[in-house]
Amino acid sequence: MLIPFFYMLREGGMNTSITELLTLLEAMKRGVAGTSVDDFYYLSRAALVKDESQLDRFDRIFAAYFKGVEDSLGDLFEELPEDWLRKQAELLLSEEERAMIESLGGFDELMKALRERLEEQDDRHEGGSKWVGTAGTSPFGAYGYNPEGVRIGQHGSRHRSAVKVWDRRDYRNLDDSVELGTRNIKVALRRLRKFAREGAADQLDLEDTIDKTARNAGLLDIRMVPERHNAVKVLLCLDIGGSMDDHVRVCEELFSAASSEFKHLEYFYFHNFIYESLWKDNRRRHSERIPTLDITHKYGADYKLIFVGDATMSPYEIVYAGGSVEHWNEEPGAVWIRRLLNTYQKAIWLNPEPRERWDFTPSIKLTREIIEDRMFPLTIAGLDAGIKALH
Amino acid sequence: MTDTRFTGTSTYVATDDLMMAVNAAATLERPILVKGEPGTGKTQLAVEVANALDKPLFEWHIKSTTKAQQGLYEYDAVARLRDSQLGDDRVHDIANYIRKGKIWEAFASDEQPVLLIDEIDKADIEFPNDLLRELDRMEFYVYETKQLVEARHRPIIVITSNNEKELPDAFLRRCFFHYIKFPDRDTMAKIVDVHYPDLKKNLLSEALNAFYKVRDVPGLKKKPSTSELLDWIKLLLAEDIPPEALRSEDKRKAIPPLYGALLKNEQDVHLFERLVFLDRGAGHQ
Repeated sequence: MLIPFFYMLREGGMNTSITELLTLLEAMKRGVAGTSVDDFYYLSRAALVKDESQLDRFDRIFAAYFKGVEDSLGDLFEELPEDWLRKQAELLLSEEERAMIESLGGFDELMKALRERLEEQDDRHEGGSKWVGTAGTSPFGAYGYNPEGVRIGQHGSRHRSAVKVWDRRDYRNLDDSVELGTRNIKVALRRLRKFAREGAADQLDLEDTIDKTARNAGLLDIRMVPERHNAVKVLLCLDIGGSMDDHVRVCEELFSAASSEFKHLEYFYFHNFIYESLWKDNRRRHSERIPTLDITHKYGADYKLIFVGDATMSPYEIVYAGGSVEHWNEEPGAVWIRRLLNTYQKAIWLNPEPRERWDFTPSIKLTREIIEDRMFPLTIAGLDAGIKALH
Repeated sequence: MTDTRFTGTSTYVATDDLMMAVNAAATLERPILVKGEPGTGKTQLAVEVANALDKPLFEWHIKSTTKAQQGLYEYDAVARLRDSQLGDDRVHDIANYIRKGKIWEAFASDEQPVLLIDEIDKADIEFPNDLLRELDRMEFYVYETKQLVEARHRPIIVITSNNEKELPDAFLRRCFFHYIKFPDRDTMAKIVDVHYPDLKKNLLSEALNAFYKVRDVPGLKKKPSTSELLDWIKLLLAEDIPPEALRSEDKRKAIPPLYGALLKNEQDVHLFERLVFLDRGAGHQ
């Protein structure tokens, strides 16, 4: 019965593997989960989900799958009626009231209605006569007056129905469909590595030690060398604000991956296009700006230059003096970017916009011409190609 | 089935899903990977599991310079070279220069141990890949002495991660996974109760009110977590602050006392003070 569930998970975009399914089956065989649905939910979650960003997706698929097969799984839900009876005692139902529930369509109907309402309702609710919440007269919620009320979240019962647990969707905030993860970016950036030994000598140089010891007539002569470090130097210029807001997350990931991968990484921000000054702290972008010329003077030509931006703007912002949307620029942006490119021969532009759109945006075409077609999409393949171009 | 199941301890409140994940990992003898906000008790989990199941604990704390090999063993070639110069007899047996790592120690344990691999994300990106076979088969080969080290009892391995780096898929497939989500109010009250059993009821509820209010402040860089709350309550007790002082209806005292224990980031403190100030200004109008 778990095989359709497994395929449903995979169709739902989770990368659950056969190994994990087998682990789950083995755990069930060894009786880890017992018979309750709660336990099965927790166990399958621990075995099949390996990333908190997938937890919400798992909850939704689990809910959808078990909603469909609920009826055929009578024995799996066997524990529920007992649980329900205990709750009834808690609720102090009279015979009459129990009959009333039957008239409403019975327990199953009640649970179904509850789930539907939970789906409709998003916020905490108090009072009223329909929504789930506290102190109301609706059949669902805590401290209610309705005799057939079902308690929700009023106390930490260990036998809360699992349906409620996964339907609560606690992990909603953690969901993201990252295609370009930090790890992928790092692996791609690794290609840029160039190792060099500099700094304090703290590693034993075995070959040199043997050589020197032999020359020393067998008397030990230990030689040390500094550890190898990544010596690649990178200047990262990030477009920020405006149309880039859609791409903030992917840029943040690129940035965090790059900053832990390179020892010599300098980053600067710009808005839409490069002009006579850049800045490092976006909150103080108007007061603390760094002249672009200072950057070319400070960082040597051995730095590799990476622009990240969607290059989507009015073409005037590139080719005309005074074209900038933020300030009056004495010289057009194209002049400034050429100055940078003259200093830094190894330069690429990473564009988070999908490649298909490039030809329809004049400013992207213009930027590509200026940067001599070294513009790459901000995807794994694009990053790979870009890194090759930087070598 | 193991003889005992982990159900939390007198000093550690475990939720149902956490217990399930730990018990599944212990039964199937697979590693369990624990993630979650900093300060939600990830590292503590291994200590408590060892306590609860009465098993020895081996801790391996990972740093950015840690190599996978160091967990297995290290061959101290320099010491051997030195001994050979001094004519020490030990030099003839290479086994004298093999230093056992934490994984080896755990493998050699007389009873089933708990092995904590703490903050695995701090190490190099390839670190988890280098441990795949060791964690899967629970054995490794010592090339210097041509010896195969096998685990006498497969240890319960608890691995924690702070999400600073993504872990490789092949590694994740071999683990059970649990994300410690931030405890809700009820669980939190239980946790505080476990640590400070004789805390006055009203102080606890006022403290929790103030705490969740601080957590709800938008834009905090580091939200205070369980360990910060526990520290804060300790301070409140030490300073003998009355519960009334925590109530923020009075706008002039809107900042909870000793909030430095809750907010660890200078920018957060400024943001918080500014918000409280704005709030107070609005209150007077």
